[in-house]
Amino acid sequence: MFHIYCPYCAEYREEEEFHPKGQAHIARPADPTATSDDTWGEYLFFRDNPRGVHHELWVHAVGCRKFFNITRDTRSYAILETYRMGDQPSVTAESMILAERDAECGVTSTATMQGVPS
Amino acid sequence: MSSTQSFRLASESGVGSQIDCDKPLSFIFNGKSYPGYAGDTLASALLANGVDVVNRSFKYSRPRGIVAAGAEEPNAIVQLGSSEAAQVPNVRATQQTLFDGLTARSTNGWPDAQRDMMGLIGKLGGPFMPVGFYYKTFKAPASMWLTYEKYIRKAAGLGRAPTESDPDIYDHMNRHCEVLVIGAGPAGLMAALAAASSGVRVILCDEQPVFGGSLLDSAETIDGMAAFDWALDAVERLAALENVTLLPRTTANGYFDHNFVTLHERRTEHLGDTAPTLDGRRQPRSRLHRIRARHVVLASGAHERPLVYAGNDVPGNLVAGALSTYIRRYAVRPGKRLVLSTTNDYAYRTALDWQNAGGEVVAVADARANPDGELVERAKAAGIRIISGSAVVEATSDRKGHRVNGARVAAIDIEGFRVSGEVELLNCDTVATSGGYSPVVHLAAHTGVRPVWRDDILGFVPGQTIAAFEGFGVVGAAAGVYAAAGVFESAVTQVKRALASDGIDAEEVQIPIVETFREGAAVAMYQVPHDKPTMRAPKQFVDLQNDVTAAAIELATKEGFESIEHVKRYTAMGFGTDQGKLGNINGMAITARCLGQTIPQTGTTVFRPNYTPVNFGAIVGRHCRELFDPERYTAMHQWHVEHGAKFEDVGQWKRPWYYPQKRRERADGKLESMHEAVVRECRAVREKVGVLDASTLGKIDIQGPDAREFLGRIYTNGWEKLAVGKARYGLMCKDDGMVMDDGVTTCLADNHFLMTTTTGGAAAILEWLELWHQTEWPELEVYFTSVTDHWATMTLTGPEARNLLSELTDIDLDRDSFKFMEWREGIVAGVPARVYRISFTGELSFEVNVQANYAMQVWEALFDHGEKYGLTPYGTETMHVLRAEKGFIIVGQDTDGSMTPEDLGMHWCVGYNKPYSWIGKRALTRSDTRREDRKQLVGLKPLEANVVLEEGAQIVLDPKQAIPMRMVGHVTSSYYSPTLEHGFALAVVKGGHKRLGEKVYLPMPDGVTHVAEVVGSIFYDPKGQRQNI
Amino acid sequence: MPRFAYFDPHPAQAVTTQSPLHHFVASASGEGSAVALREHAFLDHLILRGEPAVMIDVVQSVLGLTLPTEPQTLVLGDAGSLQWLSPDEWLLIVAAGDGFRLQRALCEALGKSHFSIVDVSGGQTVLELHGECAVAVLMKSTVYDVDPGRFPVGKGVTSVFAKATAVIRRVGEERWELIVRRSFADYCLRWLLDAGEEYGIDYQPAKARVASARKSASNMEAVS
Repeated sequence: MFHIYCPYCAEYREEEEFHPKGQAHIARPADPTATSDDTWGEYLFFRDNPRGVHHELWVHAVGCRKFFNITRDTRSYAILETYRMGDQPSVTAESMILAERDAECGVTSTATMQGVPS
Repeated sequence: MSSTQSFRLASESGVGSQIDCDKPLSFIFNGKSYPGYAGDTLASALLANGVDVVNRSFKYSRPRGIVAAGAEEPNAIVQLGSSEAAQVPNVRATQQTLFDGLTARSTNGWPDAQRDMMGLIGKLGGPFMPVGFYYKTFKAPASMWLTYEKYIRKAAGLGRAPTESDPDIYDHMNRHCEVLVIGAGPAGLMAALAAASSGVRVILCDEQPVFGGSLLDSAETIDGMAAFDWALDAVERLAALENVTLLPRTTANGYFDHNFVTLHERRTEHLGDTAPTLDGRRQPRSRLHRIRARHVVLASGAHERPLVYAGNDVPGNLVAGALSTYIRRYAVRPGKRLVLSTTNDYAYRTALDWQNAGGEVVAVADARANPDGELVERAKAAGIRIISGSAVVEATSDRKGHRVNGARVAAIDIEGFRVSGEVELLNCDTVATSGGYSPVVHLAAHTGVRPVWRDDILGFVPGQTIAAFEGFGVVGAAAGVYAAAGVFESAVTQVKRALASDGIDAEEVQIPIVETFREGAAVAMYQVPHDKPTMRAPKQFVDLQNDVTAAAIELATKEGFESIEHVKRYTAMGFGTDQGKLGNINGMAITARCLGQTIPQTGTTVFRPNYTPVNFGAIVGRHCRELFDPERYTAMHQWHVEHGAKFEDVGQWKRPWYYPQKRRERADGKLESMHEAVVRECRAVREKVGVLDASTLGKIDIQGPDAREFLGRIYTNGWEKLAVGKARYGLMCKDDGMVMDDGVTTCLADNHFLMTTTTGGAAAILEWLELWHQTEWPELEVYFTSVTDHWATMTLTGPEARNLLSELTDIDLDRDSFKFMEWREGIVAGVPARVYRISFTGELSFEVNVQANYAMQVWEALFDHGEKYGLTPYGTETMHVLRAEKGFIIVGQDTDGSMTPEDLGMHWCVGYNKPYSWIGKRALTRSDTRREDRKQLVGLKPLEANVVLEEGAQIVLDPKQAIPMRMVGHVTSSYYSPTLEHGFALAVVKGGHKRLGEKVYLPMPDGVTHVAEVVGSIFYDPKGQRQNI
Repeated sequence: MPRFAYFDPHPAQAVTTQSPLHHFVASASGEGSAVALREHAFLDHLILRGEPAVMIDVVQSVLGLTLPTEPQTLVLGDAGSLQWLSPDEWLLIVAAGDGFRLQRALCEALGKSHFSIVDVSGGQTVLELHGECAVAVLMKSTVYDVDPGRFPVGKGVTSVFAKATAVIRRVGEERWELIVRRSFADYCLRWLLDAGEEYGIDYQPAKARVASARKSASNMEAVS
């Protein structure tokens, strides 16, 4: 049972209020007619399934009805960040590797859960 | 009452803090009546009455007695309930508070646990039932497993569910808090006090009826008070605070992502078989609390670990601490002569308690060479014989195995795992053992973290908390901290750290002053060596509930099982309701010994929810019976009920399916069958006029300057030219080109449309529109709002529809001024209405929409005026027949997410030349969607008129081919048409559009093969003239 | 050409009018009820959508209410109540018959901006829970944190209610409102009566409304 910070309602809400909608940042090709069958097939059917940081599209279905993005660690189920449509994630697989390196060098991270105070 | 409580200590003894000797109770166990006292558990009362055998074991059917005093009890599992409806299986006698009239039976044993017939089989079968017995014996032939299983289950005698409906009610409660403290022993009480002082919301729960945990059994003093009194005082202080919720009799059973914890509160199970009413109001029997906590403090304590030795399952073998609990809380000393076998100092408290309670301590066998702690010295001073460097290697019993009658004690070499000296037989009736403590790490394990071994405390403690459980901490014995001073300190430190992380400064809390003992180091021992090798020694049980022995584990490792997870599954160790509370660590230690490795190398299995069994009632809460799932009603629902409608579930909606009438021609007054009703309803629509409650269709109000552009992108067909006042059928695809929904959308004004969706698709389509708007086209100025429930919709259809409606409305219904696929506003039966001239039956139709509060005014008026026109209400079944006759699809019935508009023959509804590449368009030119052998929608006409094909029936081209036949499609909709007086169907057939006129075959399971002709999908009025009259 | 087709749903003369809960009878709660349940039927409900910058001044001038722009807030005023539902969506509840007039007034004042005003009066109803155990009944029904210390008067949320959904709002110290959809209203009421039995829930049905005065001359007016 996730506890999810809705970036529009600006508070943590229960998972029951949300619907998951799959991988985030899948843009529809701008000119479908100029897109090859292969590229269109990629867009329609192929999704990442990473072990670790994953960006997902969710909707606050029983709430403000807004779509937004969740960055989630598929190993621990920790939600690292939630952000509005149109925004880019600040936590990525790359940034996590850098943060781990920093941590090894003794730099402490000040990030809180889901990027917001609870 | 047939028995005196011969093992109950006199009230002058000063023990028995939990019982009230002025309140005698009586209870029935295995058909016999016994006395007890208020405050007893079923277990303490059974022990007080000298009931040794409380159950039979799961596999070998051996007599079993009470071993422990809490949730870890493996043997005393009973079936509760004095009536059939009140049956509750798998209740631990140690956790069941006694009430007057309580009725319990042993879970296993036939005819009862004392005289068990299965025991004979167990004795005979014992040597022939090695580990993995079931896997080895019953593996072939596979078809026989169902037969085997029936007998195995009967023999295993697991608890049974009641056959009658539960009379009790249950519920759920959602709670939120900053600090949830699990366990109200010294650590939990301290943590709650520390957290509460900061003013944050604190929930403290404990599975016991009384808070205090180990303090209730303790002889120590805290802040100069008896430990018991300190606990009482702490609870009083907490109870006085508004920000603290105390939940006794409440077990934290599961710990889920992001600090979501389920608590099972047993509210009335200590009061009776069924929950008592209060002022005539039913009370929930138990309640599931769903807690979302910012911080979780696990103070679940530790379970004492018994030693593994021969004969350790005979009644009279207990874990040491349980004896102290029975003596101190319940004034029960369940024996006369005690032999104690220990690896540590703590267990000496039990020897002292036993002696103080008037029992004889025959000896303490201490596995350590030189025990010298302060408690050891006290025991020596009390004259107790201590045999150092030794252990009980075997408990002996009477002939029936009903009670311990002696202990074989010998010097042992722990390192060498052998008996190193002579065996001395000591006469006794009770053997208590302590192999140290196992922190209760179950809830921590639910988070997905494996426990880690600590050599200094000889136990597993919770591992590092993972990110999804930020805010989780473990304190006290659950963290391997056992000395009172350390326990209090760990609790305060954890709470301060937790609150500080939220920027809250906890008030300084005084850590209580406690006695400290000089403590001798414990020694690591799990299985006690026997004078015979493990495989030949009398059975040494590791997991009493699942009948797993040390020999079984040894055999498993010899058969090649090296991973602890595999050993667990092969032997069943720690399975089921037990979850390895007493046996797991010993089992891992034995596995490690057999494999010649350390415990950390061997590792541990993890524990799953639930910690102890939860009854289904609590899980279900009030989501049962008529509240199991929402039933959605239209504004005319009561009318449908009153007019005898049968209902069909469409999503959560209840829709009238058909309205059976009393048969006029029959005197018996029997109702029409569905077939008869549907024939009558169909004829009424085709010949006169019918009315359908169509309110359940999804309706979405769309406003904004870009509304039209949006519709063009989301629908397959064009919306550029749809004028105000007109309506149009639209088809919606996913971007893979497959049809997902359809419906009529109306242009209300230039920037204003009303979209209708399928009944089942309403919520999903609104979300679909929002998805595209919010993620792909936020620049389009358009808003969507659901108005499904706002409008009540009545479809008047049939040749008399205009005549009837014209009596009730000021709208000009003339066929040339109010054309097909147009809408008008006006007054219908005194109520403002929007009327749409659209048709799903092929007949002249008017769909009347009014605000739902006024629906009955209009509906009743239609019937007031409708009789002379033969107005007939019809349901969804008739609607299906009528639309299928016209070849109109139902999305989700004739489509299954793999049909393109072209597959459906609906090219006419595809705007190939629209400027924007609408959702689904690009996919229609993919190679797969262009295949010529795709399944395509066609009509099927059975050669025999009265055959109604089965929906879902598979279609083949050659009925004579060998099985498995090549299937080329299936029937999607099939009915009998009263109009055509013929069965007919819609079907999808590979390349079907080119097969018109061909014969296809439908072989059925009963051997009959139907033959049908492939025809067009429109069976009636192909030119569509009837809707234009 | 008209941009929007607004519709006054109220009849000019007295007609049969039924709330979604018209078929329920009063509960036999007896003495010592700790929670009361009432329906506020037949109010006019409008969904307002638009950017706050577009809406805020018009709402103030037409309704005399300050548009709530903070999430989970609502304002109560003489004209009715206005609740934040999402960053560009509000629920306006006003007296029966006021909805159509306000819909047109707002529309006129908003001019050529992009907005939407939708009448949903027939699609939902208001239930009021009142009394010391109102919160306990809500805790049995919703996952949202309704602790009065965290849920001040003037707060409102959309959340899960049993297996349906509801708008939940606190309008007084011990007064809470639920706004439920018409088709789920029967389920929600039965749920509340069941969950409230422990506290002796007292339910009295809303008075049936026989007459409804139309406030505008025509229901056909389109607004351009």
